[in-house]
Amino acid sequence: MATIKELSQIPERLSGGHRLCAGCGASIAVRQVLLGTKDPVIIGGQTGCLEVGTTIYPYTAWKTPWIHNAFENAAATMSGVETAYRALLKKGKIKEDIKFVIFGGDGGTYDIGLQALSGMVERGHNILYVCYDNQAYMNTSVQRSGSTPFGASTTTAPAGKVLQGKSQFRKELTEIMVAHHIPYAAQATIYYWKDLVNKATKAFQTKGPTFINVLSPCHRGWRYEQENTLDISKLAVETGFWPLYEVENGVWRWTYKPKEKKPITEFLKTQGRFKHLFSDKNKQLLEEIQKLVDNRLDYLEKLCSVTATEQKPE
Amino acid sequence: MENKYKIIPLTGDQAAAEAMRQINPDIVAAYPITPQTEIVMTFAQFVADGIVDTEMIQVESEHSAMSTTLGACAAGVRAMTATSSQGLALMWEVLYIASGYRLPIVMPVVNRALSGPINIHCDHSDTMGARDSGWLHIYCENAQEVYEMTIAAIKIAEHPEILLPVMVCQDGFITSHATEGVKIFDDADIKKLIGEYKPKYPLLDIKNPVSYGPLDLQDYYFEHKRQQSEAVKIAKEKIPGILSEFNKFFGKDYGYIETYRLEDAEIAIIAMSSTCGTARSVIDELHKNNIKAGMLKIRFFRPFPAEEIVNACRNLRAIAVLDRAESFSNQGGPLFAEVRAALYNNVSIPVVNYIYGLGGRDIYTEDIKSIFSEVKEIASTGKVKNLVNYQGVRE
Repeated sequence: MATIKELSQIPERLSGGHRLCAGCGASIAVRQVLLGTKDPVIIGGQTGCLEVGTTIYPYTAWKTPWIHNAFENAAATMSGVETAYRALLKKGKIKEDIKFVIFGGDGGTYDIGLQALSGMVERGHNILYVCYDNQAYMNTSVQRSGSTPFGASTTTAPAGKVLQGKSQFRKELTEIMVAHHIPYAAQATIYYWKDLVNKATKAFQTKGPTFINVLSPCHRGWRYEQENTLDISKLAVETGFWPLYEVENGVWRWTYKPKEKKPITEFLKTQGRFKHLFSDKNKQLLEEIQKLVDNRLDYLEKLCSVTATEQKPE
Repeated sequence: MENKYKIIPLTGDQAAAEAMRQINPDIVAAYPITPQTEIVMTFAQFVADGIVDTEMIQVESEHSAMSTTLGACAAGVRAMTATSSQGLALMWEVLYIASGYRLPIVMPVVNRALSGPINIHCDHSDTMGARDSGWLHIYCENAQEVYEMTIAAIKIAEHPEILLPVMVCQDGFITSHATEGVKIFDDADIKKLIGEYKPKYPLLDIKNPVSYGPLDLQDYYFEHKRQQSEAVKIAKEKIPGILSEFNKFFGKDYGYIETYRLEDAEIAIIAMSSTCGTARSVIDELHKNNIKAGMLKIRFFRPFPAEEIVNACRNLRAIAVLDRAESFSNQGGPLFAEVRAALYNNVSIPVVNYIYGLGGRDIYTEDIKSIFSEVKEIASTGKVKNLVNYQGVRE
């Protein structure tokens, strides 16, 4: 791991003055990921908060080449960019060592862009895909996505007199990516910045497609005060809501495990999107969520212990 | 002196692939769909045999095929794809982005009917659906034209004052799967003819970073769309000059339109693609019976050759426009609507529409004869019974 002094010398690729909210988890995630390489970086974006907030014509906050095509096709678009780079490299028309990274929100990654992402990694493009996961379609006013957790209230799956927010479980995207047998996949969040920078560094150094899922709290959608973004990111890990792990060539490993796991309610109670779960009639839902978290952690524990004892695949 | 060439038996698909081999693009990203498959299969074999330098990306859908091609083109290389029907429909969203970003992508399209119900045979509903996408459209009559226009399209698309994507269309199965003798010119000559692609703002230029695809709101979007219209206008002016270079090389007379025995004709049909071949033989036969029939073939649908059509039709007494697509407007097919709009205020000639050949229904010489006999009647009576007619359908 580079020292803070060394990291501070890496030029900022996302300039200040962009129009993302104060306390936005996504912009913090972007800056931390980009600390993972000193090489020139070309960035792919998709329609969403990050695109809207960083590029309103004639302005751009990106000091490095950046491309946005549509909502669901960042992985396909960057497949073309990265292959064009390899073609020019082969012909000797380009010399620099360039890195390629995509930042996609959970809507564009878990849902509408999953096919393009799956295609990109199956074809083995040398691209790091980062999902800045804020667990709903925040750019269009907090609609439910495949990443929205059970029980969260969103504008398209709101808590009401009959329904208690989202009634389905979120999909485990990181596991889906691991199932593609890519050389590196990880989960991270912005409070644990060293962990995230380390993971980004590893991903940038890995040849082939890599994936990092970064929990990026959104105060507008999760409904908390903007200054609490990092505290909530921390609580997500401390309660086991967002385990920090990495999967390198099929071997699962915790990168950080809190010594004592806090009850899930410590995380849920900080956010308006879960407020309705604390009414008396929803007590059993809270218990169900706690059980889900516990089961999930047990499962990860098993994966870590089983794959650690096996030989790393060549 | 005639340039070096070989005559090779090729299908329309193979002719497109052969043009792509000689263009030797840096990137081809494609997804298979009938009847385009033979283009990508033939080209994949060129890649497998090391005949081309192309990096071929086997994407997982046409949406990704167009997105990947767009990414590669923005990166600064020559990038191509090819498709048909549902594939083009799936690309639809990204077609507009490619033209909006002013990326000179050339795409062979093998025309096939759109679902539903599903049908794999020829009509023009796929590309007519992409009529307003900002792409230039070229329709080819046979495999030779497919080969030559695919090559010429590269120079049209990449012209620094045009910078627009181009689709080069041929009729599914009728052209794509029929073998003809195709004149294939020398590789080195074609390479010289099309030259190298020099992108203006390549994404891969890390020293001069650019942002592609920013949010563009009320204060600029309209100006950008206006510039796009201007580009099509400029394309209209520049294309004849670009084609003359190719005409000199190929020994052809390619233009926006082509006429057949139209000079002294009294009645005519206006058509596109393979049907024009069938019409030629009918016209020859009619002339034997002293019927002054002619044809106007539309090669470029975008930019739309309105002036050329008006000038060519000026002396006619009645016209039938043949559409291989329905627009469900109750006002005829898309070609009819545009031809009629072009003629309006310029000439006063009765024009009728025949929608034909949907889903690959054959059009026979008898069909074209019957259309001509109805047009002849309109010419002599001045009366139009039905503005929109359906040729060859069971009613």
